[in-house]
Amino acid sequence: MKIEFENLSKQFEQGRRVLEPLDFSDDVHTMAIIGPSGGGKSTLLRILGGLIAPTTGILRVNGETVETNEAALQKYRRKLGFVFQQGGLFRHMNARANITTPLERVHGFSREEACERAMELLERFGLKDDWKKKPAELSGGQQQRVAIARAVAAKPRLLLLDEPTSALDPEYTTEVLDIVHELKEEGMDFIIVTHEMGFARHACDKIAFLCEGTLMEYGESERIFARPETENLRRFLGKLLQWNV
Amino acid sequence: MMGEKGMHMTKLRRLFWTTKKEPVGPAAVLLNSLFVVLLWIMLFWISLHAIQVKLDFSFLGEFRFRVWDGFLVTCRLSLFSLILSLMIGVFVAAGQESPLLIARYFCNIYVKFIRGTPLIMQIYLFFYIVGTAWGVQNRFSAGVIILSVFEGAYIAEIIRGSLLSIEASQLEAARAVGFTGGQTVRHVILPQMVARTIPALTGQFASIIKDSSLLSMIAVIELTQTMREISAVNFRLFECYLFLGVLYLCLTLPISLVSERLERKFRYEN
Repeated sequence: MKIEFENLSKQFEQGRRVLEPLDFSDDVHTMAIIGPSGGGKSTLLRILGGLIAPTTGILRVNGETVETNEAALQKYRRKLGFVFQQGGLFRHMNARANITTPLERVHGFSREEACERAMELLERFGLKDDWKKKPAELSGGQQQRVAIARAVAAKPRLLLLDEPTSALDPEYTTEVLDIVHELKEEGMDFIIVTHEMGFARHACDKIAFLCEGTLMEYGESERIFARPETENLRRFLGKLLQWNV
Repeated sequence: MMGEKGMHMTKLRRLFWTTKKEPVGPAAVLLNSLFVVLLWIMLFWISLHAIQVKLDFSFLGEFRFRVWDGFLVTCRLSLFSLILSLMIGVFVAAGQESPLLIARYFCNIYVKFIRGTPLIMQIYLFFYIVGTAWGVQNRFSAGVIILSVFEGAYIAEIIRGSLLSIEASQLEAARAVGFTGGQTVRHVILPQMVARTIPALTGQFASIIKDSSLLSMIAVIELTQTMREISAVNFRLFECYLFLGVLYLCLTLPISLVSERLERKFRYEN
């Protein structure tokens, strides 16, 4: 999927500038956005996902410019799947309804089609017997698996994940990342904001290193991890590896 | 080491004491309830004895139609007030969150005034405004309007509280799955708000029933006013107000039970 942006920046109303003007153009299949906290990772992902509009610049996806009015963004978002850090599931709906409601209301599925699709995904992600449970009754890992099921249910052209494992206990992290990896094998394109460097290195083709609101480094993941070019990235990776076993 | 005597002591203790860990046994419930009822009866009996009143409820038969009418008026008064105050509450809650400053300040001042002053003062004040200036001559209608204006402020706060308690993450998720504004309201905001407001609203309904008694001050012939009139004739104050209390409990106790159950049912978070 071809993603391009020109002069893209974001400044929040309070005046804080989170993204300096960025230029980018590449064919993205699987990409990880990494970098220190407050570097603008989530903001960039939200702009790419049409959840917020950039302050300046334009975003083009497969050659088409993404308009920034709410109606156009809404249409654009419907072709994407989102997974948030936590709290992204509708808390008053059970696992299945979380998946079926958007399918029925947004994507025009019939009730039966939506249920069938939801159960197919829940079964695949090992949640067949938990479909009646509300988010609060599920573990953090199960919640994220339901969230992924909801995000991919309508077969989006791109899956966006914003630190999907940051709020999880370590033992649940793997079960979530495994699913993302499995989806990749089936040809699902995704962009993930993550602190899981092992996953970024081995499961993502490209890495974007975002620091202080600028895209400091971008490239093939093997190259980024083996030969970081900027001092900031070297320091960032060094810190992460400090307590490695 | 615990001897046989110790075991007995523990059993005996469990009849009267509870800890958070163990559920209270049926024998303990029965025994303690009985003691409490006896205690209350004694308290009443001693008090009545001190002022040499002998309880005599025989007059109730004579006045049963009037009492029943008053009871029905209180029910109707409360029900209409619930509906009207709910409407006021929704509008005021929306007004308080409105971007239009005039609407916001208007609603804020209304809530502050109503919540900061006693109902009895509002009844007297509004009776002149509603009754005289606006020409609502029917006391029942005036009563409904006055009570609704009062309860509406509290209901507005309940509704606004639940609206504000909806997390930003839920709204972002609604945008992310592609819901329109209307769909977000219908499938996310409303269901979550209903779950959060229903228990508190049920409790407020019990308050409306109790507060409606103050409308007796402007001579709406509801339950309390009926009892006041009866006691003014036969001087059986104790019996009248005791029975009045029982009648209000008949209405409010079931409602607070329902409210508690709803609260448990809707507590799906955590």
